[in-house]
Amino acid sequence: MSLDTVAIAQSTPENIQPFAQLGLKPDEYARIKEILGRRPTSSELAMYSVMWSEHCSYKSSKVHLKQFGDKAPKSDALLVGIGENAGVVDVGQGYAVTFKIESHNHPSFVEPYQGAATGVGGIVRDILTMGARPIAVMDPLRFGPADAPDTRRVLPGIVAGVGGYGNCLGLPNIGGEVIFDETYAGNPLVNALCVGVMKHSDIKLAKAAGAGNLVVLYGAKTGGDGIGGVSVLASETFGAGGSTKRPSVQVGDPFVEKILIECSLEIFAEDLVVGIQDLGGAGLSCATSELASGGSGGMKVALDRVPLRDPSLSPEEILMSESQERMCAIVAPEKLARFLEICAKWDVTVTAIGEVTDGDRLVITWNDEIIVNVPPRTVAHDGPVYNRPIKQPAYIDDVNSQRVNVPIPNSAAEIKATVLQLAATPNLADKSWVTSQYDKYVQGNTIQSQPDDSGMIRIDEQTHLGVAISTDANANWSYLNPYQGAKLALAEAARNIATAGARPLAVTNCLNFGSPEDPGVMWQFSESVRGLADGCLEMGLPVTGGNVSFYNQTGAVAILPTPVIGVLGVIDDVRTRTPMSFDSAGLELYLLGDTYEDLAGSEWAFMHGQRVGQSPTADLAREMRLIEVLLAGREEKIFSAAHDLSQGGLSAGLTEMVLRHSIGATITLDNVGISLLSETPGRVIVAIVTSKAEALKTLANKYQITLSHLGTTGGDALRINDAVIPLDELRTAHTSTFPKLFG
Amino acid sequence: MRVGVITFPGTLDDRDAARAVNAGGAEAVALWHADADLKNVDAVILPGGFSYGDYLRCGAISRFAPVMKLVIEAAGKGMPVLGICNGFQVLCESHLLPGALTRNSDLHFLCRDQEIEITNTKTVWTSSYSEGQKIVIPLKNGEGSFQCDDDTLAQLEGEGRVIARYVGQNPNGSRNLIAGISNARGNVVGLMPHPEHAIDTLTGPSAQGLGFFTSILNAMVK
Repeated sequence: MSLDTVAIAQSTPENIQPFAQLGLKPDEYARIKEILGRRPTSSELAMYSVMWSEHCSYKSSKVHLKQFGDKAPKSDALLVGIGENAGVVDVGQGYAVTFKIESHNHPSFVEPYQGAATGVGGIVRDILTMGARPIAVMDPLRFGPADAPDTRRVLPGIVAGVGGYGNCLGLPNIGGEVIFDETYAGNPLVNALCVGVMKHSDIKLAKAAGAGNLVVLYGAKTGGDGIGGVSVLASETFGAGGSTKRPSVQVGDPFVEKILIECSLEIFAEDLVVGIQDLGGAGLSCATSELASGGSGGMKVALDRVPLRDPSLSPEEILMSESQERMCAIVAPEKLARFLEICAKWDVTVTAIGEVTDGDRLVITWNDEIIVNVPPRTVAHDGPVYNRPIKQPAYIDDVNSQRVNVPIPNSAAEIKATVLQLAATPNLADKSWVTSQYDKYVQGNTIQSQPDDSGMIRIDEQTHLGVAISTDANANWSYLNPYQGAKLALAEAARNIATAGARPLAVTNCLNFGSPEDPGVMWQFSESVRGLADGCLEMGLPVTGGNVSFYNQTGAVAILPTPVIGVLGVIDDVRTRTPMSFDSAGLELYLLGDTYEDLAGSEWAFMHGQRVGQSPTADLAREMRLIEVLLAGREEKIFSAAHDLSQGGLSAGLTEMVLRHSIGATITLDNVGISLLSETPGRVIVAIVTSKAEALKTLANKYQITLSHLGTTGGDALRINDAVIPLDELRTAHTSTFPKLFG
Repeated sequence: MRVGVITFPGTLDDRDAARAVNAGGAEAVALWHADADLKNVDAVILPGGFSYGDYLRCGAISRFAPVMKLVIEAAGKGMPVLGICNGFQVLCESHLLPGALTRNSDLHFLCRDQEIEITNTKTVWTSSYSEGQKIVIPLKNGEGSFQCDDDTLAQLEGEGRVIARYVGQNPNGSRNLIAGISNARGNVVGLMPHPEHAIDTLTGPSAQGLGFFTSILNAMVK
């Protein structure tokens, strides 16, 4: 295998290079040649190809995502915004919290366990890279039909992967979603969120500053896993060696990552790094070019010093490898000795592979021969930007013009049957089969986790300060109206944390869509981004970062537009949160918010195979007033419990509340069918002791939120008008579905 | 009263165990797997986690850690030792306790609030409880099924060395519903569920796990 150096590239401009097999378009290849003033070396081509990929460069989404900056609300809470590894938010008392959500969809379909596991590993490293101790994870998941044979392969593997990695890292899993729809059959969605905490002064950034400072690679050795197109590169152009096909799904080792976390936190605590970057997608190509771009631009790396698991790897493969559990730090020479000592304590492999230089070129050598000499910004940030064609798909007018036509229960028998059916349907059924495979207790700070409305973690044991997070998406609404769908998901996530009494502070998102080359998908995407940006501006919540996952489609069928929105909030005293359910009889139940005939996009419509009608319109001003009611109600100690209504409406909400502590309720409803099934957004059930009724009315009046009495708690059944649903029967319906499906 | 809490690489519940020790009224002392002394502690806890990534077998590598040599020596002289979850596995691998913990019978990691019955209150780790007392504490592991040969089982039962049993349906296939055992002397106890995650109702299912940590304090003060 001959080495392609800059000198050779200069002298052999005519060499044909496999840019197309690496995913680069002819004009992109031409642009690289223009930037360099010559053809790229094979190593440079490798770097540009991975860094200019959709995944790394956001080339189809960039023009839209910039709205998050343009429409950013004024926020005092934002300490680090979009562009770094993760956003950082001020939560008071000197604490900063960083959180982000990312997708690992495609690998998880190919190899569910490792795909999901490394999805968790990647997002945890992003959080660690900011200087924070990771404190919890969440995982919104979406699968094909629950009873499809392939779901039985994909779901258990993904759940075991999320658990296997997160449990071994010692990170409590505090929530997520498990949703089924046939469009996800060939494209399961594995989104992973991580949250971390640090003191303000400990924030770290990805920048390589200070000529003479060292570039230090530490963590796992580099192997041949996670290399995508490079086998093409190696075999077609450089190919005498007959390189083997290597897996393009990364293989994770959570034990190594756990060690890496503890080792890194010890290094951070002694202030031994100038800048830091984890190695995730695009591996060393990404880390070196982003670190150099974050500084003045100059960096020299001796690639042959990278410790290898497989000594036969070529320089191109080393640059593209996505081997997990690796970090790259910029360290002042005088601090190297201590850095090495801490790595030795944790048995972590560490190697100085280069140094920061004056000038603005990233130069990479292989046995002293120059194989890369590029302006790093052109690799990391100046990738192509596409303004893809956008066209509203034909289905929109069609589905929007139809009305949902589903049976509406009325008699006692119909009401009972409907409540039981909703309790048992896979999207609403009890998810303990999944969540019992996740450690929710480790670290000893978990205040709320599944099935609560949001996850809540205590961050200070003395002051009781905590954060709450929720992730939400309603892809059915987004399908009917992506602009409203994104706003509604934002509102729901914010409401979910406010229900417990936490004030929403900031937003992250994971935008899962089909192919950007389909103008219809691009329309769904652009409308979703516009909706989310408008919504965040109106609610005063800054977007701190996120992730776009395109190409989630099988043939011509794209997944439902699935913008997963995560909202993080702060609560000053976790001891006084409002719990999700009541644990005593004799409480009064009220509904905050109006109920209309909102069946379009509802779970009941989905169960009847109907994805038609018009989604609700988000009324964010009202949502914000509702949030104020929820926060004030917690502060004034009015609520005994509060539970958000979303999928499955009042029926699902009541089911979850009565089963939580096995205390029934007696409910009286007008227009009982619609009342139970409608999914009008902006509604919360609250439980209060009778003496708080006046205070609740005053509060609802003050914020102009409709208040209606639902009934009282107690008994061993859920009674709705004439229908009596014994709790045992309801519990059996709710909890049998997953064990029946997945063993 | 100083209680050492050992951190192996991959240990996860060390800070939780230290918190529980302090909540129980003793002083938690951090011990590192490579330490060559026990820092004058009066008792030792081996917390849960995935020490050495559970490579080979759970606990199989940790038993060779330098600090374990000292723990085994001290346990022989009567020092109280509590192994929780992965710590229990390490104690079995170290032969301080008999038997082994194998894959849960349904092959899944299982995290849930588990009711257990305290069946021996004579050990230094269980004296705060009353005989037959039922408590709810978290169970969370992938390899929690206690197995041993028939003779060992007969001996454990005959000598009253089963210190805790699962109540209700067997969660993981453990023989005789065994959740925890002690050595013959009663100073070394292994427990699969996690009392350190049940020291207050804010973060745990109950505060009923605290008894393990007040027991040791009482035992030492006497």
